[in-house]
Amino acid sequence: MKTRNRKSDRPDESRRHLLKLLAAGSGLLVFPLGSLPTRASAADGTGERPPYWAYAVDTTRCMGCCACMRACRDENGVPKGVFRTWVERYRIDLDDEVHVDVAMHDDFVFAPAPGDVARAFFVPKLCNHCEKSVCNQVCPVGAAYRTADGVVLVDAEHCIGCGYCVQACPYGSRFINPESHVADKCTFCYHRLARGLAPACVLTCPREARLFGDLNDPQSKLSVLLRQRPYRLLKPELGTHPKCYYLGLDREVV
Amino acid sequence: MDFVFPNELNVTWTVMIVLYPYITGLVAGAFIVSSLYHVFSRTELKAVARFSLASAFVFLLFAPLPLLMHLGQPQRAFNIMITPNFASAMAGFGFIYTAYLLVLVLEIWFVMRSSFIERARCRGGVAALCRLILLGNLHEDEGTRRADHKIARFLAGVGIPLACLLHGYVGFLFGSLKANPWWSTPLMFVIFIFSAIVSGIAVLIFHYMVVARLNGWKLDQPCIRSLTGYLWGFMIIAVALELLEVLSIAYKQTEEWEVLGMLIRRKLWISYVILQYLVFSLIPFLLLGINTLFKLRDRLANAMIWIAATMLLVQVLLMRWNVVVGGQLVSKSMRGFTDYLPGVWEKEGLAVAAAIFTLPFCILWLFNKIVPLFPEAKPRT
Ligand code: SF4
Ligand code: SF4
Repeated sequence: MKTRNRKSDRPDESRRHLLKLLAAGSGLLVFPLGSLPTRASAADGTGERPPYWAYAVDTTRCMGCCACMRACRDENGVPKGVFRTWVERYRIDLDDEVHVDVAMHDDFVFAPAPGDVARAFFVPKLCNHCEKSVCNQVCPVGAAYRTADGVVLVDAEHCIGCGYCVQACPYGSRFINPESHVADKCTFCYHRLARGLAPACVLTCPREARLFGDLNDPQSKLSVLLRQRPYRLLKPELGTHPKCYYLGLDREVV
Repeated sequence: MDFVFPNELNVTWTVMIVLYPYITGLVAGAFIVSSLYHVFSRTELKAVARFSLASAFVFLLFAPLPLLMHLGQPQRAFNIMITPNFASAMAGFGFIYTAYLLVLVLEIWFVMRSSFIERARCRGGVAALCRLILLGNLHEDEGTRRADHKIARFLAGVGIPLACLLHGYVGFLFGSLKANPWWSTPLMFVIFIFSAIVSGIAVLIFHYMVVARLNGWKLDQPCIRSLTGYLWGFMIIAVALELLEVLSIAYKQTEEWEVLGMLIRRKLWISYVILQYLVFSLIPFLLLGINTLFKLRDRLANAMIWIAATMLLVQVLLMRWNVVVGGQLVSKSMRGFTDYLPGVWEKEGLAVAAAIFTLPFCILWLFNKIVPLFPEAKPRT
């Protein structure tokens, strides 16, 4: 989070950004519920820095209800069998064996865990919106890109569906959408951000295990939290600079 | 050890992406053989010089087909040349491919100009086609022949690095992905080039022997012996490099090896250890070795060489499979493996793959009808 390279990969991003800010301003009036406690609406000409979105997961709070998975599926029309977000359940048994699974079927409900468990916890996962995203690097046609406000997106009208980005992402965040046949992944609910609303998963989580905010605003809840609590990143050794911060993450998680 | 990220349950790159590097490998290998004759004057290879050039060209024509079959949005394929993202290793494909195709077309034109002229002087549709290919110029004398030869030689020289680039780049495409421990090695580039040469020589021997048999020609024995020597040499390098890569990770016993070792033992034992190495590398190695070191009776030698070449064709296909599919069986969570079995009739299934692979041979047959690719074949009038 040190190097906030806010330059967008795309030339038309400044235009997009302007539109977004305008939309955000108007959106706030219409949708006060679940709106972002940040300056996404800072289209007031005060010269404040535009937002730089990031995400945090408090693994100590997640209880594995998977409401976020249902919310994401409903909000974004994610087809069966592919996932923009998922919740991993870790069970460490009395022999120190680690068992991991995901509630993937039907309505995303975990099956009862067999056997004795010494320790268990849940880890929600999603696209890390990496600052140095490999997926952007490898896309041969430039359909994978990062916006100026730090969100990694796919241009579904331009993507050729080669799947190279799917191979390149170290976190398994991408997939080829079986309906549109192009690359797909978490967008931080960009359509909601544009209206000043938080991503659906964040809004839905009953335990506030998912947090979203503006790193450019030192007073945002996210910035404050990241100053106060230790966190870990996923696979930092790969140099992707993920922007999804995991609070209280267990060493077993990759 | 049984967890994979949920999106990894669907293997993204399947049969078509196995076939694509296989075909470009044949292109590169066949081209190298033709260049051994045209550039490095290995005259003993004359019998297959034109045939290898034509093979390279025809396989190259079909190389993009598996890619198009694989793309989710094939109608946008040209985006790769219209809006290339040069940070991507894949973006080079369109340009390398076009450049190489151009070189090959030109080289064939100059190498086979005399034959085209001969054919163009006859009557009928094919002759008209030949006149079109020759751009209407049927003039030929000592001077033009010498000039054609010079230019062809130059193009053959330029083609060598391009062939290596076209195919090595496929290796780079895999080798440069840091997310995948089975792919991520700089050796991948070199491994792909050498295995390409092996498959290219093997396909020429295989095909030449079949064609000669069907037509009742006598095989050009010095040519076969020379190809055998090259095939043996290149296969040793290719297999040694492949082994080197795995053995060095295994010996270092890094964290990666924990999961890769298990991948080999649990998922690739049959296709990788047993088939790729023990059966389809070891047996051809012995067969070719015997023929390189001892002089057997022609009939026996040819039978052994043909079997070895055919087995090496399978070996390289297995290698592509084990790289492309094998790499996707390991979860990036390093906690488990997924499974994959190809379908037969689906869009990217085995039937389509077989059809795509058969097409170049049909086109070669047609090609040979227009201009003879073998010295033995007489042009039809
Ligand atoms: S998590 Fe994967 S898909 Fe998301 S930005 Fe990083 S590399 Fe790209
Ligand atoms: S699937 Fe689409 S977004 Fe991904 S690398 Fe290919 S063209 Fe780019």
